[in-house]
Amino acid sequence: MRGVSKSFGAHRALDSVDLAVAPGELLALLGPSGSGKTTLLRLIAGLEPMGAGSLAFDGEDAAPLSIQERRIGFVFQHYALFRHMTVFDNVAYGLNVRPRRARPARREIATRVNELLEVVRLSDLGGRYPSQLSGGQKQRVAFARALAIEPRVLLLDEPFGALDARVRKDLRLWLREIHQRTRLTTIFVTHDQVEAMEIADRVAIMNAGRIEQIGAPKEVVDRPQTEFVRAFLS
Amino acid sequence: MSDAPLQKGRAIATRDPGALRFALIALTLAFLGLFLVAPLAVVATEVFREGLGAYLAAIADPAARSAILLTLTIAAIAVPINAAFGMCAAWAIAKFKFPGKSALITLIDLPFSVSPVVSGLVFVLVFGAQGLLGPWLAARHIQIIFAIPGMALATMFVTSPFVARELIPVMQQLGNADEEAALSLGASGWTAFRTVTLPNIRWALLAGVLLCNARAMGEFGAVSVVSGHIRGLTNTIPLQVEILYNEYNIGAAFALASLLALLALVTLGLKSALEWRVRAALSEQRG
Repeated sequence: MRGVSKSFGAHRALDSVDLAVAPGELLALLGPSGSGKTTLLRLIAGLEPMGAGSLAFDGEDAAPLSIQERRIGFVFQHYALFRHMTVFDNVAYGLNVRPRRARPARREIATRVNELLEVVRLSDLGGRYPSQLSGGQKQRVAFARALAIEPRVLLLDEPFGALDARVRKDLRLWLREIHQRTRLTTIFVTHDQVEAMEIADRVAIMNAGRIEQIGAPKEVVDRPQTEFVRAFLS
Repeated sequence: MSDAPLQKGRAIATRDPGALRFALIALTLAFLGLFLVAPLAVVATEVFREGLGAYLAAIADPAARSAILLTLTIAAIAVPINAAFGMCAAWAIAKFKFPGKSALITLIDLPFSVSPVVSGLVFVLVFGAQGLLGPWLAARHIQIIFAIPGMALATMFVTSPFVARELIPVMQQLGNADEEAALSLGASGWTAFRTVTLPNIRWALLAGVLLCNARAMGEFGAVSVVSGHIRGLTNTIPLQVEILYNEYNIGAAFALASLLALLALVTLGLKSALEWRVRAALSEQRG
């Protein structure tokens, strides 16, 4: 993206942001609340309309693309699972709502869903409802659901923010594992620097709507480029 | 968990003196007794005063039957339209920011604050023969006032807030995340609404529809002004009850009124059950 700015009324959420994400990388958007990182993520997803600036996926201009057309997988902090559907139906949702022509056969959908449930290690919970799951399980279902549509990029909005410390640790490593396996371009937002440093390929530190610095975790810690970055990471 | 002292085997739940609690509860029960239970009891006794045969004859009377049919027809028109309106209004209010939003919320409550007779009168002033659109309608031989369309319109107006008022707080609490998730997974706006939003709001929607229906069937003032009281043609159950009562046909009046009383009880019962469901669903979401 280039020169992306976004305002909500009088509040300037993003200020001329330039960001290039390499295919297959795991990028963390790290920063305090109000730094604009979630706004940036939602902008990429199409959940917020663009302000100024341009956004492209693989060189293809994203502006005319609707949310549905962008083929992004989004995982929310509070899971956003469909409470009246089973785990299986939740994961299958993206495939079930495809128009008839593009929709795979029922058996195919079932195979894919079961594969994904195995990947997230929830194979025998397909028949349960979200209210019967723990927080960590719910988030894993949300992952499987996002992965089901074979997105070109995975966007995670503070995915472990609602979970307790122990579960957060486990899922963090699990995310790294999944990413190694799928090599899917992934951007995740977090305010937890341990989380970002531990699993990301690159970290972008954000503050007040701008990216202060972007680089590999080690590099950002060893060679902070601005005062804010230095203070934030200390 | 509580370390409050036990007194005479009963734990003290609050610090209000027992006498105050007793007085408040007694007052509430007296109020309910006077305004709710007593009228229903009177209807029940009056209805069978002349025996079951007279009761059934009163309901089978042609004028009564057409009143029942008309009431059902008007409800069948007004309730679905108001349900659709309520869903649209609740959606707009809960999910969007736009100028005039608080004005819209106030407007939605307008039918509650306006006297039903005034509501009916306004329709007569707009659609009646001497009204704003009078000549235009007469030229096309369209009869709105003193006919069913007018009665349906008046009923729609007075019952319009119910569905919206039930849905708005629920939709505000549910937030946008579920719908955003559905969209990000490739669902169209309509599909997301149908497969995600509707199931999430179904209990509140049902509660709103129930109230809307009860009011639509029981509405008197607005419909009275607009109907012209043409017996057998433009009388709903409430209007017919009034006519019968004014003719001193008390038994028949109470017979028809008992139908409305029954509707009220069923509505109350179902609504309580639905409220419980709505609360359960919302607390589960928070948990």
